[in-house]
Amino acid sequence: MSMRSQPMVRVEKCEHKEALFTPEVRAEIDAWVAKYPERWQQSACMPALTIVQDMNGGHLTRELMDQVADYLDMPPISVYEVATFYSMYEHRPVGRHKICLCTNVSCMINGSDGILEHLSNRLGIGFGQVTSDGKFSLKEVECLAACGGAPMMQIGHNYYENLTPELVDQILDGLE
Amino acid sequence: MTEDQTFTIEVDGQQLEARPGQMLIEVTDAAGINVPRFCYHKHLSVAANCRMCLVEVEKAPKPLPACATPVMNGMKVFTRSPLAREAQKGTMEFLLINHPLDCPICDQGGECELQDVAMGYGGDISRFTERKRVVRDEDIGSLIATDMTRCIHCTRCVRFGGEIAGLRELGATGRGEHLRIGLYIEHAVASELSGNVIDLCPVGALTAKPSAYQARSWELSEYDGVAPHDGLGSNLHLHVRRNRLMRVVPRENEDVNQTWISDRDRFSYQGLYSDDRLQRPMLRENGKLREADWQEALMAAARALKDASGARIGALISPSATLEEHYLATRLLRALGSNNIDHRLRQGDFRGDAADPALPWLGQRIADFSNNQATLLVGSWLRKDQPMLNHRVRQSQIDGALVMAINPVAYDFNYELDVDIVCIPSAMTKELAGVAAALGVDTLGIEAVPDPAHHGIADSLKSAAQGTVLLGNAATMHPDFSLLRALASGIAAAAGVTLGFVGSGSNDCGAWMAGAVPHRDTGGKAIAPPGLDAAAMLEQPLDLYLTFGVEPEMDVAEPARMAAALGAAQLLAIGSHTSPWLLEHADILLPAAAYAETSGTFVNIEGNAQSFRGVAAPPGETRPGWKILRVLGNLVGLDGFDYAESTEVRDEVLAACADLAPDNRIGDLQDRKPKSAPGEWERVGGVPIYAVDALSRRAHALQLTPDAWGGELRLNTAAAAALDLGEAAAVRVAQGEGSAEFEVRIDDAVPDGCIWLPTAVPGSEALGAAFGPVAVEKA
Repeated sequence: MSMRSQPMVRVEKCEHKEALFTPEVRAEIDAWVAKYPERWQQSACMPALTIVQDMNGGHLTRELMDQVADYLDMPPISVYEVATFYSMYEHRPVGRHKICLCTNVSCMINGSDGILEHLSNRLGIGFGQVTSDGKFSLKEVECLAACGGAPMMQIGHNYYENLTPELVDQILDGLE
Repeated sequence: MTEDQTFTIEVDGQQLEARPGQMLIEVTDAAGINVPRFCYHKHLSVAANCRMCLVEVEKAPKPLPACATPVMNGMKVFTRSPLAREAQKGTMEFLLINHPLDCPICDQGGECELQDVAMGYGGDISRFTERKRVVRDEDIGSLIATDMTRCIHCTRCVRFGGEIAGLRELGATGRGEHLRIGLYIEHAVASELSGNVIDLCPVGALTAKPSAYQARSWELSEYDGVAPHDGLGSNLHLHVRRNRLMRVVPRENEDVNQTWISDRDRFSYQGLYSDDRLQRPMLRENGKLREADWQEALMAAARALKDASGARIGALISPSATLEEHYLATRLLRALGSNNIDHRLRQGDFRGDAADPALPWLGQRIADFSNNQATLLVGSWLRKDQPMLNHRVRQSQIDGALVMAINPVAYDFNYELDVDIVCIPSAMTKELAGVAAALGVDTLGIEAVPDPAHHGIADSLKSAAQGTVLLGNAATMHPDFSLLRALASGIAAAAGVTLGFVGSGSNDCGAWMAGAVPHRDTGGKAIAPPGLDAAAMLEQPLDLYLTFGVEPEMDVAEPARMAAALGAAQLLAIGSHTSPWLLEHADILLPAAAYAETSGTFVNIEGNAQSFRGVAAPPGETRPGWKILRVLGNLVGLDGFDYAESTEVRDEVLAACADLAPDNRIGDLQDRKPKSAPGEWERVGGVPIYAVDALSRRAHALQLTPDAWGGELRLNTAAAAALDLGEAAAVRVAQGEGSAEFEVRIDDAVPDGCIWLPTAVPGSEALGAAFGPVAVEKA
């Protein structure tokens, strides 16, 4: 199937795109749309979902995915496909700090189980859960390409490597 | 190397001719070499995700998928070598990991591609002992049953939605173990072609809901059939068990329906088994209808026909009756001394009869529609009226053609119209005259100043090497049909494109050939003076009406007036179904076999005669329509009504039509005064996709789809405000002498000052023509 929706698929064009999102969010998405040829605006689907997810405090809703579809002239199901395929899109609320702990081979060999145990004890949550104050959530991820510093985790846009329980405490203490 | 050059490849030791750009599987398929596959389909894009078609190619380091491997000169391929076999066996084992092995309780069992390929290419044991995954089912509507745990993710259904239906509804969400095919947000799929995913699905994940768990494939006998609802004549396979039609699937014909059929053609068979089939002849005696035996009923019918004075008899024949039925009815009527016969029951304007060509048709072959460079639809919701023809137009647009429309509603198409003129019905002649003026041809005295849209249409048509102006069903029902047709004819001639008609039933061409029109006899021979057309039979009420396959309150242009005229006269109704109206008004009711129950011929709208046999048993004492007409002919003492087979009738008509070629040349129009005038409110009619005939109206599953028209009326936001509807959800519509109340649905596709209220829907019986002025008020 062609990667482009049109002309193969007819898309219900949204007439009031200015009513979608805030002007800032629209400007951010537009900057991505501008990087692709005309009529290929759906190439900006992934960054648009990221922008919208960040705006919404870290997770997507069906309404937001529909709005992205409207904004980029895509059939909604195409956006759902992208948003459910990639693991960085969240479909349930997450904490202010999303702790993504790698448990793949290198990290596991280097003690990610212990890191998980420490995180769970300290935060009182397991994978897929959010602390009651909404500050932290814990997520199991596959290899994030930092095996040289295993075990590792990602919080926000930062990688933290060569983790020990003490280092984890230090990192979490430093977060707002 | 150009496309026409060929070279030779070797497959399993055989030398095969191949063209550059072809995929390996196309070449092996053409040569009859079986390569197993699930995701590949010749009319869909190549996905290469099932990996079942892996074959060994010399010098390639690993097996390659035949569906995605382009052929190369001198290529050597082995489809059954140990390496290929091993790859196919491995793929099969992986595919079966998550597939439930419960074939005995699966509806697909016995006709399952996975089952067949597993038998042919799989191993005999599974090494998989872990748990299988389970996927929740979605309810995707009344036509398709889902069992998504069985899905093997071939994505044929997903690609079909995007590439053929033109709507992305099904999708593949999630990843890896969590990948699933579904809608994500549960809703009923809204495509008129949706049933094709049932055939595409290689496993039992998507099966036909109306026939679910009713028959096993090995109990069914397969017969050839022809679809009875639109002029395409899509080719069907009818699956019959113990004389009952259990289901319908497409029969491949690249010239007509390719490998698809519309949902209407697939599921309308349900109407055969509705509770209101007419099963025995009935006679009215002292005002009450009673059952009678055939002998008595036929004698009564013959007496009524003989007693009536010839010219005082009128016949209304369904445009979906067979060629044989049209011909025998025509001969019967003319022998009785009447030319009052018509099949154009929904046509809104007969002033152009004198200018009629002898055999109006599509103007082009169906397959040629894919190659058109410009198409102008006039008064046509092609997508719902002739779904498979619309598919061709859509294909032409994907290849770069322009598709334009002048319509009384912004109809929903599965492609974007390049020019979309939506106007109130009474302005349609003016809009079309605008295009005519832009091309500098006669506007029939209609004042028209072409605007940029008109020029755009004119220029697109003119610059197209091949194109068409297509008059749709709404145009045919329009009170100024003759004007629209004359304008369209002028436009087509000036722009050098063809003029086309879509027909209103499955056998319009056959009806013209047989002579089921008041002004032309069998073979297109002109009759002077002509008899009464369908509208004139209303203006000048007759003593006796013969209807064939018609529900007069549904299937005619002006239901209320027609019903009144027929109710007041003597009525001999031959048909497959009863209705409350018929039971109240008909004097003689004769049960005739419906489609699939009778042999016959449909001449499709491209002029192609397709014959079929009767394969299902009609209920009760129902007899084939052509036999009823034959016996009536015998009983009124006509010569030459001694046919033993329907094929004799067919051969006689076709011989009489040997010199009759399809022709769309329109003569000069005498009466050029527009009949339609703007009113305060105008009705926009048409016939919804699942209301076109007795069968589709009774197909329960179709009536549960989003395309079924409930008892509503549609108008736009501004119209609702003008009527001050507020919270009120109903309006009263008065037209002519009738009036009825309707629920309101807001639909901004309807132009200002109009109500969209089709005929043949509940509530419309009391009203008049599909188009025209109406009075509307808040109820």
